[in-house]
Amino acid sequence: MLEDLLFQLQIGLPQVALGLVNGAFYALLSLGLAVIFGMLNVINFAHGAQFMMGAFVAWMMLSWLGIGYWPALILAPLIVGAFGVLLEKTMISRLYKLDHLYGLLLTFGLALIIEGVFRNQFGSSGMPYAPPAALGGPPVDLGFMFMPVYRLWVVVAALVMSLVTWLVIEKTRLGAYLRAATENAALVQAFGVNVPRMITLTYGAGVALAAFAGVLAAPIYSVNPQMGSNLIIVVFAVVVIGGMGSILGSVLTGFGLGLVEGLTKVFYPEASSTVIFVIMAIVLLARPAGLFGRA
Amino acid sequence: MAEPLLKVAGLQAWYGESHVLHGVDIEVREGEVVTLLGRNGAGKTTTLRSIMGLVGRRSGSVRFEGQELVSARSDRIARAGIALCPEERGIFASLDVTENLLLPPVVRPGGMDLDAIYTLFPNLKERARSPGTRLSGGEQQMLAIARILRTGAKLLMLDEPTEGLAPVIVQQIGQTIRTIKERGFTVLLVEQNFRFAQTVADRHYVMEHGHVVDAVSNAEMAGAMDRLHGYLGV
Ligand SMILES: Nc1ncnc2c1ncn2[C@@H]1O[C@H](COP(=O)(O)OP(=O)(O)OP(=O)(O)O)[C@@H](O)[C@H]1O
Ligand SMILES: [Mg+2]
Repeated sequence: MLEDLLFQLQIGLPQVALGLVNGAFYALLSLGLAVIFGMLNVINFAHGAQFMMGAFVAWMMLSWLGIGYWPALILAPLIVGAFGVLLEKTMISRLYKLDHLYGLLLTFGLALIIEGVFRNQFGSSGMPYAPPAALGGPPVDLGFMFMPVYRLWVVVAALVMSLVTWLVIEKTRLGAYLRAATENAALVQAFGVNVPRMITLTYGAGVALAAFAGVLAAPIYSVNPQMGSNLIIVVFAVVVIGGMGSILGSVLTGFGLGLVEGLTKVFYPEASSTVIFVIMAIVLLARPAGLFGRA
Repeated sequence: MAEPLLKVAGLQAWYGESHVLHGVDIEVREGEVVTLLGRNGAGKTTTLRSIMGLVGRRSGSVRFEGQELVSARSDRIARAGIALCPEERGIFASLDVTENLLLPPVVRPGGMDLDAIYTLFPNLKERARSPGTRLSGGEQQMLAIARILRTGAKLLMLDEPTEGLAPVIVQQIGQTIRTIKERGFTVLLVEQNFRFAQTVADRHYVMEHGHVVDAVSNAEMAGAMDRLHGYLGV
């Protein structure tokens, strides 16, 4: 019996590894949502659309301007982040005095518009984006399985980016401003910090994280206008399970649920697309604030 | 005579629809310690918060070093050289003691350096890594005062720093206020306890129902006791 299970696990390992790759995207996207929510108290429903924009900007850079993957990995998040800054300054910032629900509705509407515009321009069939030559090599032998180099890179890049974000927030002066402003923004501003500008830049940074994930995703999924909305529904479930606003919580939950999904594909494939939602329902019943959330 | 460091004239303030300050006039000269006395709800906290730019709607005049600040944003007011130690202390739970201490940005040269602050408040050094809100009430108050000494702000506004603290801590805070006065800071202090106020201040204003109703210098205080008892109901 046990041997059976182990055998199944061994042949299923590639699925589990794939789960880890999905987990990397869940982690990066829920991280950006957590950063934005912590500071703005807005659930950024445009996050999936901004992820998709990251992939598209990388694709446009490559096919129209000949700018390759590595520069795009830095430039696309900056460009999409700047777009986020514009959205915050012109629209989202007007809603802070109102109920949270308005921020949610606005960003949801923005997501629909952005996706609509891209669908109109590029159609809904996907476009391929080749991985960079350096990461296109043969699969790496991890001892227990072979893993395509690019997917390994995605996991490493997501881990590094999560770690950097965590360090910035927990260990730097800027991070101390952010944490303090989450508790009492008026007082931080009364100490001389330009809090409105900090909020704008935080939104930009969260959006840039989504776009970074989008560039990472471009060589794996085909670049298409729906790629964000397909993923983001699962990511919102991840956020609910992890607890809104916790940085470390969103990263751990993201990777953890990716793995759970992968394991489910091995042992009970029928449930693999619903397992996260089942976990969400259980967590909501047992611990409504989420696994890492403060009630 | 030169213009006072802070000159508040006809200051009015509102919380939403409720009109709380009805024309407050206060002057604080450089190097002075001045108190605002008054019963609960007289408008002392609102006065400090309005000077700091933290009350949404305000009118009248708040001049600091000759600059008009009544309609400025609070970060700009801080950068002009005014700092507030709020009544509820405002220590951040997600920051440790050192992070709390270093949080307010330096707005001008001339603030105290960390060594001088640790000499004044040795506990803060011992507890450097504790979360800010794990400190005792007295230590939190020390931290709330300490963090605005670094910034180079010239005018420190302290809102009831002795509220709810044990007598030895109150004495320590009195000593602290005398020390920062010697160092050349100017202090606007809100107090309910006028015996304490007497030990640290040069002058006192009395507030009632959103107005300043009286002003007494420390030298006149002994002779004005009956009047003050009347205002403060003690
Ligand atoms: N946030 C607020 N919203 C509405 N009214 C307020 C608010 N804060 C204070 N008030 C009202 O404004 C008036 C002045 O309050 P304020 O806090 O300035 O008094 P205070 O003199 O500091 O009193 P205390 O000695 O109790 O601290 C009071 O009537 C109070 O009820
Ligand atoms: Mg008060």
